[in-house]
Amino acid sequence: MSAILQGAGAATSLSPFNSIDSNKLVPPSRSSLSVRSKRYIVAESNVIKSFGSGLITRRSKPLIANAVATKRENAASSTSSKPGHELLLFEALQEGLEEEMDRDPHVCVMGEDVGHYGGSYKVTKGLADKFGDLRVLDTPICENAFTGMGIGAAMTGLRPVIEGMNMGFLLLAFNQISNNCGMLHYTSGGQFTIPVVIRGPGGVGRQLGAEHSQRLESYFQSIPGIQMVACSTPYNAKGLMKAAIRSENPVILFEHVLLYNLKESIPDEEYICNLEEAEMVRPGEHITILTYSRMRYHVMQAAKTLVNKGYDPEVIDIRSLKPFDLYTIGNSVKKTHRVLIVEECMRTGGIGASLTAAINENFHDYLDAPVMCLSSQDVPTPYAGTLEEWTVVQPAQIVTAVEHLCQ
Amino acid sequence: MALSRLSSRAKPLLQPLAFTALRRHISTDNTPLTIETTLPFTSHLCESPSRTVETTSSELLSFFHDMALMRRMEIAADSLYKAKLIRGFCHLYDGQEAVAIGMESAITKKDAIITSYRDHCTFLGRGGKLIDAFSELMGRKTGCSNGKGGSMHFYKKDASFYGGHGIVGAQVPLGCGLAFAQKYGKEEAVTFTLYGDGAANQGQLFEALNIAALWDLPAILVCENNHYGMGTAEWRSAKSPAYFKRGDYVPGLKVDGMDALAVKQACKFAKEHALKHGPIILEMDTYRYHGHSMSDPGSTYRTRGEISEVRQVRDPIDRVRKLIISHDIATEKELKDMEKEVRKEVDAAVAQAKESPIPDPSELFTNIYVKGFGAESFGADRKELRATLP
Repeated sequence: MSAILQGAGAATSLSPFNSIDSNKLVPPSRSSLSVRSKRYIVAESNVIKSFGSGLITRRSKPLIANAVATKRENAASSTSSKPGHELLLFEALQEGLEEEMDRDPHVCVMGEDVGHYGGSYKVTKGLADKFGDLRVLDTPICENAFTGMGIGAAMTGLRPVIEGMNMGFLLLAFNQISNNCGMLHYTSGGQFTIPVVIRGPGGVGRQLGAEHSQRLESYFQSIPGIQMVACSTPYNAKGLMKAAIRSENPVILFEHVLLYNLKESIPDEEYICNLEEAEMVRPGEHITILTYSRMRYHVMQAAKTLVNKGYDPEVIDIRSLKPFDLYTIGNSVKKTHRVLIVEECMRTGGIGASLTAAINENFHDYLDAPVMCLSSQDVPTPYAGTLEEWTVVQPAQIVTAVEHLCQ
Repeated sequence: MALSRLSSRAKPLLQPLAFTALRRHISTDNTPLTIETTLPFTSHLCESPSRTVETTSSELLSFFHDMALMRRMEIAADSLYKAKLIRGFCHLYDGQEAVAIGMESAITKKDAIITSYRDHCTFLGRGGKLIDAFSELMGRKTGCSNGKGGSMHFYKKDASFYGGHGIVGAQVPLGCGLAFAQKYGKEEAVTFTLYGDGAANQGQLFEALNIAALWDLPAILVCENNHYGMGTAEWRSAKSPAYFKRGDYVPGLKVDGMDALAVKQACKFAKEHALKHGPIILEMDTYRYHGHSMSDPGSTYRTRGEISEVRQVRDPIDRVRKLIISHDIATEKELKDMEKEVRKEVDAAVAQAKESPIPDPSELFTNIYVKGFGAESFGADRKELRATLP
């Protein structure tokens, strides 16, 4: 059943909720209050259900003292109490890649300028010297062909990590990714597995222009047979890279151009992150904010403001874009009853649209307000800095949205 | 494999005939023969292989038997399609059997073959069974891809047959990837990547060829030139129809694709070349009697006269038949009997496939992801977390 819901959820997209009739919403309990017994209906005219009494009771909570609580989350996510070592996100990716290449001789890297040049974002720096030209391959500029080659090699058992210098260039390889990568396991009746990892930086950068600021997760999300993950911190970057390489399924790992220089301390011992699991960044009570990649940082910035204003947002980095971790998300929705999705995809047909549909289908009974989705504008990313800033979601917009939903 | 099938069945076939002249039993006869190919090879940037081909009488008989089997299978598929038991697209290979057969005879099962959607006979040549093929065509559970692939997605992993691809030209980068993996693993094997004259104009082919030549991959690109890209003749779609020369810096060889022995010679030569020097292009000059697929009558862009002329003058099975008869390996009647046996075999396989079960509804969701390390499509009811190192 869950598989059908997943499939159905991912395929549809919803029109955005632009306004909420605030009169009809029940205010959250922020100060000491008695147990609430009844809920009221949400504003949309086409919503029929009403929540019965005695559904879920709310208890009051004291105001949250520390705003972002990052230290608590890092301790929760890292497995040990040892200090570990500090590094930047691209170094974490490199470490993960190097460890996997050491561990399994079948792992190889192919992409443009990954070898002698060291990678355009230094993720593969030093690997060509260590592993040689046959394992770290500099390809000519032909995404269609080298993605296809990686998939062909994977059919025999090699585990290529295919790098797109920018995610947008992988549009040229869309045929290979969709038809061969995603479907060969199915159409061959299970005979072949395609253990490739396709990775690259995407997202809106600093005035890179429209063609180099694309978010391909929305285009790839309907391809059956692939998994998509997005990393956002050095810890999960390394963990997801290792897990993606070890997975027998094709995994697309989305990195973000602006996050490569994030610094964090990660454990010394070997670890991986589960590919289908979402990360709880900040537990809360009032509203669930779902986000991924760079928008996580905008959300956390907004969370500081929100906490000062007295709200208690629960922030979840969904990490797994396909399939969604509906377990974590669902438990959160059951707790908070309000959902805000903050993403960098376009409004039309993006990850947020699919996630909205999935949440509405699965957790409709638990929602007090319509799912709100803040996405980038449906425009090609302009070059001018101020305009570019306004194509993506800014912390101020997130704060306004939360206030709106929690009224 | 065909040989053993032949030897186990030819004996009971022959005994009732009691021709003393045939006491030299076809099945065990390995008399070497040297036969000239009908046409010389044309080469580009390499030397042509010799026109004289070494073969044996049993090999010629196996050629005949296997090609007859392939031909019969395709004709049976034609009638099954018209009876609506096969749906969707069905691309038939009759007329081109010599390419599949000749190639098989020159290589081993460690060498990989990857081709496009016209893959039924290539699958058979790689050791696929008739029952697997027909079940897959009719969408049954016993098919080679469990009924989930269809006509365009036949695969056989244990025989290094990598399919079976629907998108024109997309298999060429895959094929170069297979060659890369062979080089990576230092296997002394090559990959034959087959594509058509229509796909020869795809950009990804030249991209893949560039990489293959750059990295010295043991890739052999075989253009099965049947002169028509669906309805468009080659002179209308390619500025330069000399496909074996299109590689520019990559050597090429033009072969008469209706002559199984010429194909065998060329593939043997190509394998040696690829293992030493890198990629090579083979252009097989061949012809298909059916249209592009079953939805295409095949006569709107070419005359029936042309089709029947090729059938009379260049048919691959007739050529081998004449060789067998002229070298006294078997008589005409014996060959006809062999064809009858083949027909019975195909009919039996069709009947068995018709009885095969259709896949369960639960099969819709299998083989999308590989189960195992943390990969399942879970939904809201996941019970536990898994984040351990395997």
